[in-house]
Amino acid sequence: MDLNTITEIQRPSRVEDVKEWQNGYAYLAGGTWLFSEPQVNTHTLIDLETLQWPSLTATADGLEIAATCRVIELENFAAPPDWLAAPLLSECCHSFLASFKIWNEATVGGNIIMSLPAGPMISLTSALEGVMTLWPRGGEPRQVPVLDFVTGNHQNVLQPGELVRSIFLPAHALKKKYAFRRFTLTHLGRSETLIIGTLCPEHREFVLTITASTLRPMQYRFDSVPSAAEVRSVVEGIPLDHYLSDTHGSPEHRQHLTYYFSEQIRQELSA
Amino acid sequence: MSFTINGKTFEEKPRPGQCLRTFARDLGWFGVKKGCDAGDCGACTVWLDGKPVHSCLVPAFRAEGREVTTIEGLACNGTLHPMQQAFLDAQAFQCGFCAAGMIMTSASLSEEEKKDLPFRLKGNLCRCTGYHAIEDALAGVGHVEPDRAGHACGSSLQSPLAHSIVTGTARYTSDIKMEGMLHLKVLRSPHAHAKILAMRTEKARAVPGVHAVFTSEDVPKRPFTSALHDDYRVDPDDTYVLDNFARYVGQRVAAVVAESEGAAEEACRLIEVDYEILPAVFDPEEAMLPGAPVLHNKEFSSRIQNAKKNIFLQIDSEYGNVAQGFSEADVTVEGNYSSNKVSHAHLETHIAIASQSEDGRIHVRTSSQAPFQVRAKLAYLFAIPLERVHVYTERVGGGFGGKQEMLCEELCVLAMLKTGRPVKWEFTREEEFIAGVSRHPMTTRIKVGAKNDGTLTAIQVRVVSATGAYGNHGGETLAASLSQSLQVYRCPNMQGTGYAVYTNIPPSGAFRGYGSSQTVFAVESAMGELARKLGLDLMTLQRKNVVIPGDAVHSIWEGPSDAEMGSYGLDQCMDFVETALASGRGETKPEGEEWLEGKGHAIHMHDCIPPTEQRSEAHIKLRADGTYYLTNGVTEMGNGTITSMRQVAASILNSMADRIEIVIADTDKTAYDTGTFSSVGTSVSCKSVSLAAENLRDNILKIASEYTSRPVEECALADGNVQCGDRTIPLTELFATARDARHRLEVMRKAYGSPRTTCFNVHGFRIAVHRVTGEIRILQSVHAADAGTILNPMQCRGQVEGAVAQGIGSSLFERMVFDGNGKMVNPNFRNYRISAFADIPRTEIFFADTYDAYGPLGAKSAGETPIIPVAPALGNALADATGVRFASLPFSADRIFEQLADAP
Repeated sequence: MDLNTITEIQRPSRVEDVKEWQNGYAYLAGGTWLFSEPQVNTHTLIDLETLQWPSLTATADGLEIAATCRVIELENFAAPPDWLAAPLLSECCHSFLASFKIWNEATVGGNIIMSLPAGPMISLTSALEGVMTLWPRGGEPRQVPVLDFVTGNHQNVLQPGELVRSIFLPAHALKKKYAFRRFTLTHLGRSETLIIGTLCPEHREFVLTITASTLRPMQYRFDSVPSAAEVRSVVEGIPLDHYLSDTHGSPEHRQHLTYYFSEQIRQELSA
Repeated sequence: MSFTINGKTFEEKPRPGQCLRTFARDLGWFGVKKGCDAGDCGACTVWLDGKPVHSCLVPAFRAEGREVTTIEGLACNGTLHPMQQAFLDAQAFQCGFCAAGMIMTSASLSEEEKKDLPFRLKGNLCRCTGYHAIEDALAGVGHVEPDRAGHACGSSLQSPLAHSIVTGTARYTSDIKMEGMLHLKVLRSPHAHAKILAMRTEKARAVPGVHAVFTSEDVPKRPFTSALHDDYRVDPDDTYVLDNFARYVGQRVAAVVAESEGAAEEACRLIEVDYEILPAVFDPEEAMLPGAPVLHNKEFSSRIQNAKKNIFLQIDSEYGNVAQGFSEADVTVEGNYSSNKVSHAHLETHIAIASQSEDGRIHVRTSSQAPFQVRAKLAYLFAIPLERVHVYTERVGGGFGGKQEMLCEELCVLAMLKTGRPVKWEFTREEEFIAGVSRHPMTTRIKVGAKNDGTLTAIQVRVVSATGAYGNHGGETLAASLSQSLQVYRCPNMQGTGYAVYTNIPPSGAFRGYGSSQTVFAVESAMGELARKLGLDLMTLQRKNVVIPGDAVHSIWEGPSDAEMGSYGLDQCMDFVETALASGRGETKPEGEEWLEGKGHAIHMHDCIPPTEQRSEAHIKLRADGTYYLTNGVTEMGNGTITSMRQVAASILNSMADRIEIVIADTDKTAYDTGTFSSVGTSVSCKSVSLAAENLRDNILKIASEYTSRPVEECALADGNVQCGDRTIPLTELFATARDARHRLEVMRKAYGSPRTTCFNVHGFRIAVHRVTGEIRILQSVHAADAGTILNPMQCRGQVEGAVAQGIGSSLFERMVFDGNGKMVNPNFRNYRISAFADIPRTEIFFADTYDAYGPLGAKSAGETPIIPVAPALGNALADATGVRFASLPFSADRIFEQLADAP
């Protein structure tokens, strides 16, 4: 929709070109959320497209995803064959409520910064142990795991004017086996729960990442595949008020599904 | 900086925060539609460098130097794109508002991508079609049949609007530019119940571009009702154009007109209001209790029956004696059923544009379902003679009852009269949710008694309907909920009590099914329970008790009725559904012991015409060039009546439909029509056309007979000529002859909505239910309709498919949710999900073979009622699968899973 309060667009070629940060500034990445609601407290958009960050850089160490990487680019990424978890990229792209048409514009960073519980890029990057590089205004770059970046429903640690530069997925996580479960109230709708389990083929480490059901991603690590009782116990440790209540699912149902699918994931990765 | 759209270069520059959708429209590309303006519905889909995007989310400046293609740019040198042709051949649209975006998305898909349409089309919502025809278009399946004289009735003829819809040139309400047009925006109440003590508008008036600010001080001191009925007295006068009381969160309290929407919005934000917050009540049962906050402290003359108890209308009526009936029963069942508040979600929001011509007449372009009622209300409100007001529609993008309401025209006229400039007001999608109307949430307590052999002895219902903050359709929907829901059963004792109750939630209104849907959910669920208790099959129980030909139509009222079965196809419909469900067709249950399977169905009988006044008037004439000119006040919003009318006339005049030009929905160009709602498109509006066409045919034949000196029995009308024995007289020649002889080959006929015939619908489902997650999968969906003569099979199927899809959505997941302060929490398509392609199974559709005694050419209503049995059919299938009776809509997984724990 038209953002009628916007009076200025800045299109910097370098971040340093953005002088003093002001209230009413907002970074514009894909714009697919920004333009979906009135932004009455914003008067200036700073376009990140002109920074021209390379979207995807794969090295032996892992995958660096620029914050401005379009979802469609992630969907189309051809991963090395030993990255067993690479199909998760596409699974999570397909976990958007939004149409594939939105993927042509929406960015990976934008989805994480929105910090909605159902954000599938949060599911993906937290399950694959992603670490974000943030560029604070006037400070040194800092690194924050995705798991710690999102602190609640629509909440994160980003400071005013601070930029997300990239998300790095380490190769050791990308080389893991994985199991994926998702549930939506309407067909292909918004995730009511999205749970990912990973298993390290070498060290047998098992990581369970619960997203969408809970207000923020929750992650549990086990040295080996846990027992059903252990999985039950960690899920039971999540209080009901940590589950999201909205029109895409009730907290009780989300909790119920979290038990059910976590156990399925445990069994799948035990096989 | 320059922009290229459809190969043309533009030097205009977008505003900094402007999106590509409005920028393209500003440059005249009106094919780019607004359904949600938030990226959820896809109506604004365009291509950017060949890739489909939602143009409402694309910052316009980013299109600089890139190639933008809209629906208008898809055809090449006058040849339609194959996808446009496919949509045309399958008629993959009804109102057509989604078609541009749907085609732009579909045309971008590779053959490989077309294999997964549920995924590829999830970003394109259609509220009319139920997606079957769209799937057919993508599969290259066509439905349109050729227009041949003598075959008009019963052929799947194309809509006369089809070509303009697939090319994006059909002009919907908003698709017009007017010199000097101002834009209107309103300030809405953040409180569910408050008195406005003071309002300061100075800062708002100072915003550059603002022309006027309106408050309750500036409006006519005339209470009215926004509901549109011929007889306005069935609805209460409880509304002002702007009020100094707010009765729901979202009620408008002030309005601004400005040069731009942005300036008007800014001014609205600068209006300062002092509210005295009053206690609010959200539950209708609580609202009737002593001490509850009173919403409308109005005189009895407002037609509010019991204002102190928040009861707009109470109905008590009994036919026979239910106490006696229950005393004779061997078995009784009781239950409490509740239905959800559902949004119409027509993709075109409410829009009006008011302007004035030099002669001082007022012109209102609107998205209304009833332009003549809008005219009457505007004339009353502003105390101007009726003939000085002109109200018209062009294309309307869906209605479903939501536009049987005057919600924006009056403010536009007020502002236009004050400023002397054309004024436009276009609802946002959020406004559609929070301040449009929606389906009445109702709770129904029902008790049914029967003999051991299944013979019904008594039915008793108590309905509490939440009309919301204003009464509008509260009374009529309540009456329908108490009567139409029961009349399919020939039970000797029926009693109904109903309350239409004010609460501090947004007003409810007319919604497809009009009160019946909610109570039929209770009645048919109760019948399912009764069958289970008696150990009978539900079909057997129903066959024992349903009305049969010759029966009087009655429910809870004593006294005579003008409802009458002009045809009867219920038996055929029940047989169709029973046979189909037993056939083994459809999908098989998923593997795994977690999946339960069940079957269920429900039946309904509906009056094809409302009990309130309903009339329609057709004018038809032969023109000098041998073509016909037909006018009628009906509106076309995807209902297809414009197509049916041409078919009725063509059939009677034995001509091609294309020989008939039709003009509708314009108070200057057509005669009075009550409005297009309540299933009347065929049963009343088309009836006036059949009466007029028959008379014109007879006149033509009489003149031909005189002209050729042949007996009239030897004369027959054909396409473009009259055959009189061995002589062929072209209609052009006959026209000239008639004119010379001072005959006028011009006819006017009125049709009245009495007697009111009835139609029947039966829906059946076979479903699978996941006992752990609560997921429901529809394995088979079957619908049988008795719509009399099927004037246009493609169109009737489309109406059924669309109604079923709307029924599935409102039964399985659609729900308007309000927080504890009365604020709607999901006023957008992202959080209020309507059925998408992936949600809707293909429905097998059957039509009964009947001919109605009262309808035009034996036809009766087809479009409204198929929604009604859908919810109880799902409820009965769910009960069959799980052994649990679910009594609260919708049956979303998160609302049913807990009760499944004990399922067998």
